[in-house]
Amino acid sequence: MKFRLATPPAFNRWFGRSWLLLGFLFLYVPIVSLVVYSFNDSPIPNVWRGFTLRWYAELLQDEEMLAGVWLSLKIAFLTACGSVVLGTLAAFALVKYRRFKGRTVFSGMVSAPLVMPEVVVGLSLLLMLVSIQRMVGFPERGVTTIWLGHLLLGLAYATVVIQARLQTLNPQLEEAAMDLGARPGQVFWLVTLPLIAQSLVSAWLLTFTISFDDVVITAFLSGPGSTTMPLVIFSRARLGLDPSVYAMATVIVVVVAVGVVAATYLIARTERQRLLEMKAARRP
Amino acid sequence: MPTPPDRTDDAPATAPARRWRLPGGRQLVIGVPYLWLLVFFLLPFAIVARISFAEMDGIRVTDLLTFEDGVLRLMLDFGNYAFLLQDALYVQTYLASLQYAAATTLLCLLIGYPFAYFMARARPSLQITLLMLVMLPFWTSFLLRVFAWRGLLGENGLVAEWMVALGLDQVLYQFGLIGAPGRLLHTPFSLVLGMTYTYLPFMILPLYGALAKMDMRLLEAAADLGATPWSAFWRITVPLSKAGIIAGSMLVFIPCVGEFVIPELLGGPETLMIGRVLWDEFFANNDWPMASAVAVVVVLLVIVPIALFHKYQAQAQERRT
Repeated sequence: MKFRLATPPAFNRWFGRSWLLLGFLFLYVPIVSLVVYSFNDSPIPNVWRGFTLRWYAELLQDEEMLAGVWLSLKIAFLTACGSVVLGTLAAFALVKYRRFKGRTVFSGMVSAPLVMPEVVVGLSLLLMLVSIQRMVGFPERGVTTIWLGHLLLGLAYATVVIQARLQTLNPQLEEAAMDLGARPGQVFWLVTLPLIAQSLVSAWLLTFTISFDDVVITAFLSGPGSTTMPLVIFSRARLGLDPSVYAMATVIVVVVAVGVVAATYLIARTERQRLLEMKAARRP
Repeated sequence: MPTPPDRTDDAPATAPARRWRLPGGRQLVIGVPYLWLLVFFLLPFAIVARISFAEMDGIRVTDLLTFEDGVLRLMLDFGNYAFLLQDALYVQTYLASLQYAAATTLLCLLIGYPFAYFMARARPSLQITLLMLVMLPFWTSFLLRVFAWRGLLGENGLVAEWMVALGLDQVLYQFGLIGAPGRLLHTPFSLVLGMTYTYLPFMILPLYGALAKMDMRLLEAAADLGATPWSAFWRITVPLSKAGIIAGSMLVFIPCVGEFVIPELLGGPETLMIGRVLWDEFFANNDWPMASAVAVVVVLLVIVPIALFHKYQAQAQERRT
């Protein structure tokens, strides 16, 4: 496609590339620094004194951190599952039913947690749960209350992701299935669900990481004995630079990087596959 | 599973009434998430608003409505709000939070707009990779990425040493962004840097979304009609990306106003932000009514931006369908 840019092409290309490069440097230097300094043989993490693996060895002995990681994984798993279920319902409600009573309020409530400052969400949920607890005796602050808080955030993010996919869905596919005699339930399970499966997976992964990473809401809703990994890291980070945090960070960065690259590759491949199949199906 | 609705009703043959149903029907699909949000999102706000008018009575919060000797009494304590408005420290903190959030939004826009622009103009095969690279930091722990800046900006930190070598700390000092040359951490500078760093992807993604779907023929048409590239940029590209600019700015500005983790880790004693004040009122002072009043004020501060954000998001979705 031919188009003109604001400045001569050569300058533009040069300027654009350096801008992108500097931007990515800005985004990635801190992450790289976490990885590099995690191998630093010095109690002061940002003064290089040679290579070591000792922080990783210590991490394996660090029971507080390991318990936190395990708890965070559990909560993140439950949050991701709950968010995808609720998010699918909310996305269907918003896309398939153009009109219902209180739709504006509903769509406002769905997207508000995306931007609402977390201290406000955390405080308000906590105060409500405490009032309920004083009336009926439960829930005790702990895994359940943290899960409820994370679910609120997760629902918002999951709905956005699934909604975007539902909107691009061709309604003729569902209509064709119904013309061929499928009941609404069958249409959903056999046609719609496979078509939006990819967005459900993205929503699951996204809400998993959001829950796994959350500090503020968790801090409000956690009780004694429910210290998640971000809370452990946060309390250590407040005190100063801690080599164990660098090692933990490196583990997370590596897992996430491998996961995201693999997922992107797989998604791109299935997408290509799908397009090829659709092309083949259209051919007379 | 409840009985599926009668098929003859909404048989798809009658084309206009093609609204179809999930197993369990319309009520369930709308009702479950709706009820969930009412109970866990709206009701808590009502409770916070209620508590903000109460006061602490030992470890309990006083009741607003009391019934004694046949008299129903409504006690609304405006003391918390009066205190919030009179105390200079609170007012300053609110203003500072808005200022830091605005500065962060502006910086994100200045860095993010050209970034998204050049991303959207890159080769299509490259765009997927670039997009993934922008999203990747978003997937890795935000807490750890903020923590990393402590190492980079602190004593002996890599970035701190580069900046001092380049004399940039003198410049920042002249502008009053750091307290003393050479000390970069725990200053307004490190706070805004940390927030810009964290929220930059939230700015880039909506901008990229708006710029990538722009019809390039519009620029050709403008050029054919004699527009200079520069004026075509300002009169076509920028207005067409307006929705992205607003969505991105709100996605950065609103959470920044109430941000807690970044001011706690990168800010200093002189960079009080409202999120930290709320946190301290609750966790350190155990003053629930005061913390609630602070929360209500935070919501009031961000309610207009949230409405704006919601309006543009709804519009963008309407356009997509």
